[in-house]
Amino acid sequence: MLKLNDINKIFNEGTADEKIALDRINLELNIGDFVTVIGSNGAGKSTMLNMVSGALSPDFGQILINGNDVTKLPEFKRSKFIGRVFQDPMSGTAPTMTIEENLAIAYSRNKKRSLRVGVDKQRKEFFLHSLESLHLNLENRLTAKVGLLSGGERQALSLLMATFTQPSILLLDEHTAALDPSRAELITNLTERLVKKDNLTTLMVTHNMQQALDLGNRLIMMDKGQIILEVGEEEKKDLTIEKLMEEFQRIRGQKLTSDRTLLSS
Amino acid sequence: MFTAIFGSVEQGFIYALMALGVYLTFRVLDFPDLTVDGSFVTGAGTAAAMIVLGYHPAIATLVAIIAGFLAGCMTGLLHTKGKINPLLSGILMMIALYSINLRIMGFTIENSVGRPNIPLMNEGTIFSQFFSWWGNLGIDEVINGFFTSMGVQYVPKTWGTVVIVAILIIIIKLIFDWFLKTEVGLAIRATGDNKKMIRSFSANTDTLVILGLGLSNALVAFSGALIAQYTKAADIGLGIGMIVIGLASVIIGEAIFGTKTIVRTTLAVIVGAIIYRIVLALALRVEFLDAGDMKLITAFIVIVALILPQFFEKRREKGRKAKRHALRESEVLALNKSKESENLA
Repeated sequence: MLKLNDINKIFNEGTADEKIALDRINLELNIGDFVTVIGSNGAGKSTMLNMVSGALSPDFGQILINGNDVTKLPEFKRSKFIGRVFQDPMSGTAPTMTIEENLAIAYSRNKKRSLRVGVDKQRKEFFLHSLESLHLNLENRLTAKVGLLSGGERQALSLLMATFTQPSILLLDEHTAALDPSRAELITNLTERLVKKDNLTTLMVTHNMQQALDLGNRLIMMDKGQIILEVGEEEKKDLTIEKLMEEFQRIRGQKLTSDRTLLSS
Repeated sequence: MFTAIFGSVEQGFIYALMALGVYLTFRVLDFPDLTVDGSFVTGAGTAAAMIVLGYHPAIATLVAIIAGFLAGCMTGLLHTKGKINPLLSGILMMIALYSINLRIMGFTIENSVGRPNIPLMNEGTIFSQFFSWWGNLGIDEVINGFFTSMGVQYVPKTWGTVVIVAILIIIIKLIFDWFLKTEVGLAIRATGDNKKMIRSFSANTDTLVILGLGLSNALVAFSGALIAQYTKAADIGLGIGMIVIGLASVIIGEAIFGTKTIVRTTLAVIVGAIIYRIVLALALRVEFLDAGDMKLITAFIVIVALILPQFFEKRREKGRKAKRHALRESEVLALNKSKESENLA
C-alpha cells in the first residue's frame, strides 16, 4: 500500500545548521496496517510524514503508493488519496466557512471540482449522517462557522473530513497533542473507531507512548532520522512502556532523553 | 440635489461591479490586489477603443472583460509561479498596465502608438442602444409625470440607466453568490481561509489564486468598460485610487450590514458602493471643495469608515461597564444598609 524506499533528507546542507532529518528510511505498510510512530523531538517523525504527504520531497529515495511512484507528485495531487490530520486543530478546517461547507470541500477530495453546488440536498443528508457518528451534536450545527467550534470539536471534524472519503492512506501528525486529556481521549477513541470502520491504512505520529501502544497493530521507534525499532503485530500486543524504554537504552546505549516523551507516558 | 444623488446611484451600481471584484480578492482570497487601478482602465480603454473602431458595444464590453481577466491572471502568475509578494505582484502589474492601456487606446489613431484618452461623444454605447428601445416604452414619461404631479421639481432625464444597471448588478450578484457556493467557489474561499487545509484536500492553490484574481479583475474591467460608456470617455487617469474606492465600498457595506453570510455581504458591498458615491456627491456640493479634492475625500471616507465602528464599539463597552459599575454600587449600598439595620437591632 505505502512503501518508503531509502528515503533521505538533509536540511540546510553545507551550513552550520546542517541536520540529517531522515537517514535512509525504509518502511512498508500493507493494506489495513495501523502503524504508530514514536521517538524524541527531532527524530524525524514529522519529516517522514511530510515526505509521504508531499509537503517535503526527499533528497533521494522513492515513495510508492499502491505500487505507483509518487515521489515527484506535488502535494495537492497526492492528497487525492492521502487523508491528513494536523497537530494544530486550526490547521485542518477553514474557520470562516460553515461545517457543511468544510465537509463539502473534503467530500470533493477525490473528485474533480466542478461548478456544481457544494452542498446539495443529497450531500447534506450524507454529511448529517456522518456527523451523527461523532456524537458531538455537530449535526445540529451544520451552518455554524467552524471558527466557533472548540479545539476538540474542530479536531473531531478534521478527523471525519480526513477519513470519510476513505483515503488510501491516513496520516495523523500528533493530532491529539494540542488537546486537554479528556478531549485527547475522545479523539483517540474516535480515531480508533473511524480507522477500524473503513480498515484505513494509517501512519500516526505521537509523543504519547501509551497512545502508541493502545492504538494500531504495529509500532516503530525513530531516533536521529533512523527507524531504530520495528515492532510487529504479535510482539506489540504485550509491549509496555518499560519494555520500550529498555529497548531504546539497549539500542542506543543511552536513556531516552526527551522529558516530554517520559512525562506524557 | 435630487439629480446629483440620482447620478450617484447610477454610478454606484456600476462601481459596485468593481467593488465585488475587490471583495473577491481582499476578503475572499485574502489577497490585497492592487492590479485594480490598472485593470479598471484596461476595461475602459479596451471597450472605448473597440467602439471607436466600429465594433458592437456589447462585443467591446465582452472583450474588455476578457482583457481584465487576463490582467488578473498575470498578477496571479507573478505571485504563485514567480513567488513575488502579493502586494508587489499587484503593483508591478498595475504599473505595467499603465503602458499597456496607453497602447490599447493607441490602436484608435494611425500615426501614434499610445493615446491617453478616447472620447465617445458621438459613438453608440450599450446605454444608447438600450435607450433607443427603452425610449419607445414611454416608462420615463409615466414615472416623471407621477413625480411632477407629486410636486417634485427636478426629475431625471431617464430612468432607463438606473433600471438597466440595477438589473445587471442583481444578475451579477446572484451569479457571484452561486459561484462561491460551487465546489470551485468553496475551494477558492478555503484558499483565502486556510491554504494548508485546502491543499490537503487535493486543491491546487496556485490555480485557485490565479482564477480568483482573474475573475476579480474581469469584474473590475467590466465596471471600467461600463463607466467609459456611461461617462462617454475613457481616460488613462481613470483608475487612480480605484482600489481605495473599492475598499471603501467593501468597508462601508460591511460596517453597516455585517458579514454573516456571503449573500448578505455581497449585498452590503453593492450598497456600500452606492453609499460611497452619494457621500462623495454630497461632499462635492460643499462650497470650498473642488472636484480635484475627490481623492482626498475618498481617503477621508475610508478612514472614517474604518475608525467609526471601533469608536462605537468602545463607547458601547464603556456604557456597559458603567452600567455594571452602577449596579454593583447599588448592591454594596443595599448591603451596607442591611448591615447597619442589623447592627441597630
